[in-house]
Formats: sequence, C-alpha cells, structure tokens
Amino acid sequence: MSSPLAGILQLLALLAALALAHRPLGDHLARVYSSGKHYRPERWMYRAIGADPSAGMRWPAYLRAVLAFSAVGVLLLHLLQRAQGALPGSLGFASIDPDQAFNTAVSFVTNTNWQSYYGEQAMGHLVQTGGLAVQNFVSAAVGMAVAVALVRGFTGSRTGELGNFWADLVRGITRVLLPLSVAGALVLVACGVIQNFSGIHAVGQFSGDEQQWNGGAVASQEAIKELGTNGGGYFNANAAHPFENPTPFSNLFEIFLILLIPFSMTRTFGRMAGSLRQGYAVLGAMAVIWLAFTALMMWTEFAGRGPAFEAAGGAMEGKETRFGIAGSSLFAVATTLTSTGAVNSFHSSYTGFGGGITLLGMQLGEIAPGGVGSGLYGMLIMAVVAVFVAGLLVGRTPEYLGKKIGTRQITYAACYLLVTPALVLGFTGLALALPGPAESMTHSGPHGFSEILYAYTSAANNNGSAFAGLNADTPWFNTTTGIAMLLGRFLPMVFVLALAGSLAEQRPVPATAGTLRTDKPLYSGLLVATILIVTGLTYFPALALGPLAEGLAS
Amino acid sequence: MTKNSVRRSARLLGAGLRALLVLTLVCGVLYPLTVTGVAQALFPGRADGSKTGDAEGRVVGSALIGQRYDLPGKAGEEPRPDLRWFQPRPSRGLGASTVNTRYELLLSGATNRSGDNPELLAWVKAARAAVVRENSTATYRVRPADVPPDAVTSSGSGLDPHISPAYAALQVHRVAARNGLTVREVERLVARHTEGRTLGFVGEPRVHVLGLNTALRDLARN
Repeated sequence: MSSPLAGILQLLALLAALALAHRPLGDHLARVYSSGKHYRPERWMYRAIGADPSAGMRWPAYLRAVLAFSAVGVLLLHLLQRAQGALPGSLGFASIDPDQAFNTAVSFVTNTNWQSYYGEQAMGHLVQTGGLAVQNFVSAAVGMAVAVALVRGFTGSRTGELGNFWADLVRGITRVLLPLSVAGALVLVACGVIQNFSGIHAVGQFSGDEQQWNGGAVASQEAIKELGTNGGGYFNANAAHPFENPTPFSNLFEIFLILLIPFSMTRTFGRMAGSLRQGYAVLGAMAVIWLAFTALMMWTEFAGRGPAFEAAGGAMEGKETRFGIAGSSLFAVATTLTSTGAVNSFHSSYTGFGGGITLLGMQLGEIAPGGVGSGLYGMLIMAVVAVFVAGLLVGRTPEYLGKKIGTRQITYAACYLLVTPALVLGFTGLALALPGPAESMTHSGPHGFSEILYAYTSAANNNGSAFAGLNADTPWFNTTTGIAMLLGRFLPMVFVLALAGSLAEQRPVPATAGTLRTDKPLYSGLLVATILIVTGLTYFPALALGPLAEGLAS
Repeated sequence: MTKNSVRRSARLLGAGLRALLVLTLVCGVLYPLTVTGVAQALFPGRADGSKTGDAEGRVVGSALIGQRYDLPGKAGEEPRPDLRWFQPRPSRGLGASTVNTRYELLLSGATNRSGDNPELLAWVKAARAAVVRENSTATYRVRPADVPPDAVTSSGSGLDPHISPAYAALQVHRVAARNGLTVREVERLVARHTEGRTLGFVGEPRVHVLGLNTALRDLARN
C-alpha cells in the first residue's frame, strides 16, 4: 500500500470513529448541562466552594465568576513555579524565573499551553502533575461552560439567566473530562506511554553506558492534554516524544481525543436548541474545513517542495518514522484547527505551504472544530455573522434560532472577531519594528517572519504550538505572548457572554416563510464562505509575506 | 470602587480559590494516583518505560527510545558512527541540560529548520554523501538515489527508535561485512525486526534499530 493511500484510510477511520462517538457523547453532554440533579461528591464540592449550584446567573455574574476563578488560577500556578525549588517533588529542579513563570501560568490557565521551557529539565512532578495538569482540566471545563452559557442564551426566554458557572465547571470535570481521561490514559499506557513517579534515574544502554531519564505521570497528563485541547507536552518534543506517543495507533488515538469533544459539542448544541439539524449544519461546516485542510496538508507534504526536502527525497525533517508524512499531517491539521497545539512533528520544518496551512488553521479562529467549548462559541459567533450577511442581502432583520440579531448583538460579534487579529498583527508588527525581538529568530527572510507571526497567532488564538526555531524564552516574548494569551482568551469570552446575556433577555420570535433556514446544507455553505472571506481579508497580506512567499519560491 | 464591590470581589475570589483547591485535589492528586495505581498493576513494564534486555538479561535501554551507536571518542569531538551496528536517523535537534547541569538529561527536540534553510540543505547533502560512502563495500555499491529521506533527516523528538526498511536494507551489506556474517543472516534479522503498518494501514513500515542491533550482537557473540 502506498503511504498517501494509507493516510487517506487513516483519515476515513478517524471520520468513522468520530461519527460513531459524537452522538452518544454529545447527548451525554446535553444531559450533563441540563440536569437538575447533583451527585453527592459534587454537593461536597459546592459546599467547599460555598456556592449554590442551582442559582441562575445573569451574564455579568457568570463572567465575574469565570474571571475570578481564572485569576486565582494564574496566581497560584505562578507561585507554585516560583517556589518549586523549595517544595518537595521538584526532582531537584530550580524555581522558574518570574517572566517565564508568568508566561507559563497564563499559558495553562488560558488553555493555550505555549511552552517557553523544556519540560524535562525545568518542571518537576509537583508543578507538572499538581499544577499544569490541573489547569489542563479546569481551563477546558471553563471553555465548555462558556459555550454552554451561549447556547442557553439562544434557548432561554426573557429571564436573562445563563446557568450557574460553578455547577457547569464542576460537572464538566466530574461527569465528562475525568471519566474520559481515566479511560484514555489507560489506553495510552497500554500503548507504552509512561506513568510512574520515579525520580531521575539511570538506564543501561546498548553501548554499556547509561542514560538519565525522568519519570512522570505522563499518560494521565497526555490524555487530558489532548481531550481538553490543551497541548502542553510533558517533554520538550511533545507528542513526537516516544514516551508521549509511542505507536502509530496511539497517534491516531490522540488525534481522535483532540477532535472528540469539539465535534461532539455540535450535537450538544443541536440537542439543547431543540433541533438536531441546527447542530448538523454547524458540524457540516466544521467537517468540510477539517477534511479540506487535511487533504491540502497531505498533498503539500507528500509533494515535499523545498531545496532541503528535495535533496533529502522527502519532507521527513522533524517527523517520526512510525507516523510518517500521513500521520504527521493528520496530527498537524487537527492540532491547529483546534486550540490544542500539541505536535507530533515540527511545524517549522513543514513545507512552505504546509506551514501556511497550520497558520491559517489557527487564524480561522480555531473553529473547525476548535477548542473544547471555544470551538463551539467561536463557530456560533461566525454563524451570527453569516445570518447577518444573509439578512443584509435580502434587507430584513436577521434571526438565529428565533432570536433577533440586532445592532447590539452584531456589535458584540464584531468585537469578538476583532480581538485576535488586532493582537496577532499588532504584536507581530511591533516585534519586527523593534530592534531586540528579531534576534530570537533562527531564520531570516519569509520563514523568519513566519516564526514571529506564528508565535503571536498561536498565543492570541490560545493554540500553543510554535515554529520552534524562535527562542521564545526572553523577557520580551514571555511578556508579550503572555499578554496576547490573556487578552485572546478572556476578551472574546466577555463578548460571548455579553451576547449570550442579550439573547437570553429576548423572547423568541416564531419562524416565518421569510426566515433564513439555518438547519440546511445551503446555510453550512454560507457559513464556510463567511469564515474564509473574513479570515482571508484579515490575514492575506501577512500570509503573503511569510508562508506563501516561501511556498511559491520552492 | 465602593466598599460593597470590594467585598463582593473578595468573596468571589475566595470562592474561586476554594474551587481551585478542591479541583486540584480531584484532578491533581486523586486522578493521577488512581491512573498510576491501575497502570502499574495492569502494565508495569510499559508504565515504567518499556525497558528491554539482551540474551544475557542485561538492560540495553527502552524499546521506545532511540540511541546513538557511536565509537567512543574524546569529549568535544564530533562523534563518529560505529559501523558495526545499524545506524539510526540523525538527531541534530537533541540537546543537553543547560538549566540543571547536575543531571545529564537528554533534551528531546527537533532542528526546526525550514526547507529553504541553507544549513539544513548542507546537513542533508553531507549526510547523503556519508551514507553512500560508509555503506558501500567491496562487493556492493550504494547509489545516491537509493538513500531514503529518513537516513538524512532528523526526527521530531531526536529519539526516533526506528528507521525505514529502505535504510535498513542499504546498511545490510556493511553490517554483514563488519560482523563476519553473511548477507542472508543479516537480512533475516532485519526481517524479524521489521514491523508493518498496524491493521495494514495505520502508521508506516519500520525497522526497530535497538532490537536489531541487540539481536545482531547476540548472534555475533555465538
């Protein structure tokens, strides 16, 4: 069998697995977030928090709870890293410098997992397992909570209430992320991912020498890292490291975990909105983009254009033998179309166009299928814009799911869409205009430009992958990517929740003959076109200077 | 800010702190301990890193982690490959501890060089010339076109335990000559350490270098 054919079959296997899994999981999620029942361990947790899980919150209260919880998260994770050297379970590693500790704390709380440190020589068991892995769970649960709050905004009637943040947070973890992670982690251990609490120990080698290894709770972190679209690797090489991703099967399984919840949430949306077809229309738009990007990626990587790849006979630089070009391309697209940012091969060594596809995937706003929660709310913002555009064409006030999209709603949606491009292009321009930051680049010319553009695209969209030739552990990059991650995560959430609140206050209007049918394939097509046009208009000049210039020259 | 809103913010931050502590207990203590307990009970060898040994029972490394097979050299010198053994892929992205120098940890990583990077181009060309030179024997000539891409490029982790069947086949004549074995014998060993795609379509065919070299040494010893 040829490698491209094997790649297509792997894509089809993934598609089949997701098609089978998204229905029961999506329905389960809808039940989790609609149920009035509190299990006993959950009630203990609410008592410890001091919250009434049945109290409805209006959008400002919901937002304040999100922000307070996240602020505490940043502070505690920062302190944990600063104190690492003095705490047990550090493996003898030193405390982290303030700028890097700030960057890493923000990075994990915002679900970005941008890493300017080397996992295996910087972070001990306590920080990895007790700090970073915990944020893998809670940042994912926060994203899911905000997405569900937006859905409740569409389905609610006049109360203005969006649900209870503490209940959504706790349930997302106890009823969804934890059980799936336990199962996923055990599958990964069965494949060979390590799971132990050994210190640094010597292992005999073929030559008779010894090599020093870290132990670690890697499988338990790897499972939630993919499932929660986090992406922060235990080791520097992330999911290219054999201890994180040992076999071709574990590779496919990890891609499945990345895509599982984001795709399933469209079913949750349809279920909660009372029309599964509304969910399918959104799912269709996501799936079309994902499949098209994967096909393009395989095409350019198998073609392997570029002087060094042509001299080598194929684009295998930065790719593992067991995954090959197909398994690497599948992973690269999944990780950049979601907010994951885990890598099983190094994007900087992709072909010019391949690197451009990873960049564009993030610049779409990570909505196909996007991060856990953030993918759904990002896509619903685009859905609002798409009905607005359609409304302009026919000259009537647009509606989505029975809610009128008026000036206030479209203003919130537009603000949401402006945040990340402003951060990406603003910081990239600044970094290139100032004399210092460019010294971090490994390359000059288009690829050097791409390194910087990629860094801010990844940070502001909360992805976390990198063109890792860039030396990002400098005060400038630690600080500016930290700011980009913070604003890129929480400003959009402000606009999402404000939009949700304004929708929840409306009384639904009945559909008429003139209402745009948003549950049809035609609407999925309109949605895809809107996404591509908005993103293209925003980023085309920047892409032309970087990956397009590199790809066309080779 | 009014006194009221200060008090309200403090109360909210307190709730956030308590929520984080409770969830840290669940996700950062109970969860990893449970998974570790079950993993160690069900798959003890794999959970500890898939260590593998030779015929004499000596540990030779992890079945998952690639190694270098170099001649002992002086510190600071570029290591030269020990041509008795099958050679793995280049690993130019691999680093060594810089922060905690009391350890000698291997830092996994890639070169991150792009396709139009002159340095990468030079590395690839030099690697190809070396593969052709080192693997040509008195009776067998390697043609430059036969050298597969994995033989001249570094992997993502720098710890790739595999090479392609094409790169293994190209090394068979050299390894047989250096170990006093026949080409047939070495080819049989390679076949035994070659894995196909899982279920016929997942991943790529590959040869496990550590397993192959260990079996080779066991054979050459007897």
